[in-house]
Amino acid sequence: MCTLRLTKEKLFFMLTDKVANGGVSMWSELLQENFFDEFQIEGISLEYNEIYLELAPENLSRALKTAHNAKSVKIKLTKKHCPCITIAVELPSLSSISRVVTHDIPVELISRRLWNDFREPSVPDFDVSIYLPPLKTVKNVLDRMRNLCHVLVLEANMNGEMNLKIDTDLVSVSTHFRDLGNPPFREGTSRHFQGQDQDPESLTEVKVDIRKFQQFLAGQQVNPDKAICNIASKRMIHIILLHEDVSLQYFIPAIL
Amino acid sequence: MPLSSQAEAGDEQYVLIASLDNVRNISNILKAIQFKDHATFLATSNGIKVTVEDSKCLQANAFIQADIFQEFIIKEDSVMFRVNMTVLLDCLSIFGSSAVPGMTTALRMCYSGYGFPLTLFLEEGGVVTVCKIKTQEPEETLDFDFCSTNVVNKVILQSDSLREAFSELDMTSEVMQITMSPDKPFFRLSTFGNSGSTHCDYPKDSDMMEIFQCTQTQTNRYKISLLKPSTKALALSCKVSVRTDNRGFLSLQYMIRNDDGQICFVEYYCCPDEEMAEEEP
Repeated sequence: MCTLRLTKEKLFFMLTDKVANGGVSMWSELLQENFFDEFQIEGISLEYNEIYLELAPENLSRALKTAHNAKSVKIKLTKKHCPCITIAVELPSLSSISRVVTHDIPVELISRRLWNDFREPSVPDFDVSIYLPPLKTVKNVLDRMRNLCHVLVLEANMNGEMNLKIDTDLVSVSTHFRDLGNPPFREGTSRHFQGQDQDPESLTEVKVDIRKFQQFLAGQQVNPDKAICNIASKRMIHIILLHEDVSLQYFIPAIL
Repeated sequence: MPLSSQAEAGDEQYVLIASLDNVRNISNILKAIQFKDHATFLATSNGIKVTVEDSKCLQANAFIQADIFQEFIIKEDSVMFRVNMTVLLDCLSIFGSSAVPGMTTALRMCYSGYGFPLTLFLEEGGVVTVCKIKTQEPEETLDFDFCSTNVVNKVILQSDSLREAFSELDMTSEVMQITMSPDKPFFRLSTFGNSGSTHCDYPKDSDMMEIFQCTQTQTNRYKISLLKPSTKALALSCKVSVRTDNRGFLSLQYMIRNDDGQICFVEYYCCPDEEMAEEEP
């Protein structure tokens, strides 16, 4: 299940893996005006003009698949047997009357008092912030490393260098990336950045579950312009995928 | 950093150094003999022989000649070690196993001698991966004593034709029977499975038959389970030589052309199935 938050300006998709306590969480932000011609929202009150709801993301993506060559798509929050996101897809046809396909996706509304649970995840102070290499290369390397080991050691410094490493009884593998560049301080969440006074060559290390780290690679579907990796030593990896219309953030907890 | 420390130490420490512009030229050959976890490497000035064995009945050898490598340095008469094949192949394909045009992974393989790991340096698009694979005590490999003077029958075929036959053979059969004879049916592959028997005959004047040298009629059975791994080599090869000796031992030699057009050989030796052997006078 994922949470969708709607405001006047933005749409947010959120995923928090609370059950596993400290699992991977994801946060994505979409500017409403980049996607819709018309957008109306009526929240609880003028003061809290927002809607929070929970839905199964695969239902949404399945419904939107039929909208591939649609003339128009209308998405509404409706009350049928239960609250639903109703997607009305107007498909072209040979006659002058177009066909309309309607999907109802059941959703659960989240009451006002729980909204606080869905605030933007707090971002810890980072030791290193670095641009990621092409995600396809990272994916290939991780696919192999995963066959050999479950724990990935990620190291990076402020000199544009990053290493992906595994170590087992049978084999040790380390992949070295250079000249990746480090984002300027303003970008992303570098307001939390604290690594400014350290030696640019010194490596900050974090251990994560390879499978959890691989999950963010599904984000390469949005074909990001930039991918930034922030490392909080021994705490977490924070990955930001930036694209014109979308930003995706992943929070991957460290293994100690 | 491991890379810089390696460079400082220099190459003197290594007894074996082998470099290759395109790692696929070696990983493909190794895949052709990957049916067990472990492989024994034997390097001499001629190149590297990689051996994989199963149940003391089957042996596969891949020969990677020294001239396949752009750099091949060996400081001892022979260097031998054993490594985990699955791990090695994962390491060799760290940048992906599919061929991307214009993108090749370069490999430098180094070994310092007994007790040291096998070190691989792989590079693609400026990204470097260093792998250190633990080596193990090399085990004595089997000597099948397959000598060309004892060869009774020999055929060389285009691999295409044998691939087709293998794909149609009934793999539910426990054995495959190979008949080679100077007279009809010349070269016959038979299986005896749940749904009946299959025979696949090759006339000696077939276009697919490059060489046909059979001196006496011989029928031997081989366990399908032992022959199955050889289909990996068959899939990659362009020609195959099938030979049997006077004891009924089978030798399959596959000629494999790599991305750069160089030729490598993979060889399988297989014992005949005993039951059949006992029936013979």
